[in-house]
Amino acid sequence: MDFQSCVNIKKEWDIVGARQLGRDIAKKIGFGTVDQARIATAISELARNIYLYAGTGKVCFEAIEDINERGLRIVAMDEGPGIRDVSQVMEDGFSTSGGLGAGLPGVKRLMDDFDVISRQGEGTEVRVVKWLR
Amino acid sequence: MSTLKMDLSSYKDLLKQYIETQNEQALYRAEQFSKHSIQQNISPDEIVDVHVQALSELYPDIPDNIMNSMNFLLETMISYGLAYQEYQALREKQYELQSEISVAANMQDTLLSTTKPNLEGLDIGVTSHPAKQMSGDYYHFVQDQKGSVGIAVADVIGKGIPAALCMSMIKYSMDSFPDEQMYPSSILEGMNWVVERNVDPSMFITMFYGLYDQASNHFYYSSAGHEPGFYYSAKNDEFSEIEAKGLVLGVDRSATYKQYETLVETGDMIVLLTDGVTECRAGERFIERDEISDVIHQYKHLPAQEITEQVYQHFERLQDFQLRDDFTMVIIRRDV
Repeated sequence: MDFQSCVNIKKEWDIVGARQLGRDIAKKIGFGTVDQARIATAISELARNIYLYAGTGKVCFEAIEDINERGLRIVAMDEGPGIRDVSQVMEDGFSTSGGLGAGLPGVKRLMDDFDVISRQGEGTEVRVVKWLR
Repeated sequence: MSTLKMDLSSYKDLLKQYIETQNEQALYRAEQFSKHSIQQNISPDEIVDVHVQALSELYPDIPDNIMNSMNFLLETMISYGLAYQEYQALREKQYELQSEISVAANMQDTLLSTTKPNLEGLDIGVTSHPAKQMSGDYYHFVQDQKGSVGIAVADVIGKGIPAALCMSMIKYSMDSFPDEQMYPSSILEGMNWVVERNVDPSMFITMFYGLYDQASNHFYYSSAGHEPGFYYSAKNDEFSEIEAKGLVLGVDRSATYKQYETLVETGDMIVLLTDGVTECRAGERFIERDEISDVIHQYKHLPAQEITEQVYQHFERLQDFQLRDDFTMVIIRRDV
């Protein structure tokens, strides 16, 4: 897929860069302050997962403009070790960051659409969408 | 979201009322508003958002730095909102688990149900209460045509669901024994073999098996590491311990169980129990075994069933109505 806007995640500081770019695009699409804050938090989680578990990867943004709907798609990609048991990671309270990180279930709650594809040893791709209402 | 939008104007009015009067009535309504919001699953960040919107509508000239600070506050509330949603999801899950457990507890009741024999000349009472919803205690009566009664009392070390699952296995193994009465030692040896093969070594099961032969009024019994019961002699008006040695079930496949035998005279009582009875605590102190026999003695004029119930009520009250372990007591008294 061809994205116009991506942020490479290599160091912790890049999380801020991803948040910033994501928020700017969200603002342009027309999201209100609460949704902007939610989108930024979801980006943080996704980027932090890359930074913590895969080392490097990228977070890409795409404005969706259909006839009926507008929204923001975020795709987080890495070539890290992958998630062994996605169902387990999606369980509340599983988060390995000591319960403080919202984890993937948090990302799912913050966004409207959520999908994750992970292959062991090949990497993980998380695709989420927030629709403008 | 729609309920919240509907509430925005009422929140705005409420806020305005408070800012103008600063009275308690407005604060009380604020409390109502937050309770209502909780019912509607509205998270803290949404409340802050409503506040920001209400503020900007009430005071269009509000300085930018104040508005920015409000947005900053909103940002800090996002994670709280997530934590709140997670809490609600977990609470729902807990309700589900609880209802599943109560279904399982009902199934256990049905599964482990046993009929107390109703025999001329023999008064039998039994009381069993789980500490949690499901019990790790087990008791079972077997009755044959000749008037003999077999009584099994078992206790899984531990309580709750793991103990209850284990108990179901005991029940099925007991059912697999032939209907005609078997001697306690052979029953325990058979059970030991089953438990050794089927149960995780970290689980221990103790069991007492007694056989009351009504024709001769002899009581035969064996114990697999089970909490000793009491024997009440009416003639001497005295309690003594039912001593029986034997290894806990499932430790050694080749364990054998010694069988004891005693003649039961008119008015004598056999009291069988689990360690949930003897390990009752009054405050920080474990009760003494003497206290149990004293309480039984106090009620010995009553029918066996009522004695067991009175003893239970006594120790339940002593423990502030919170059982620490499953409680089972069986009393058999020769009446004639």
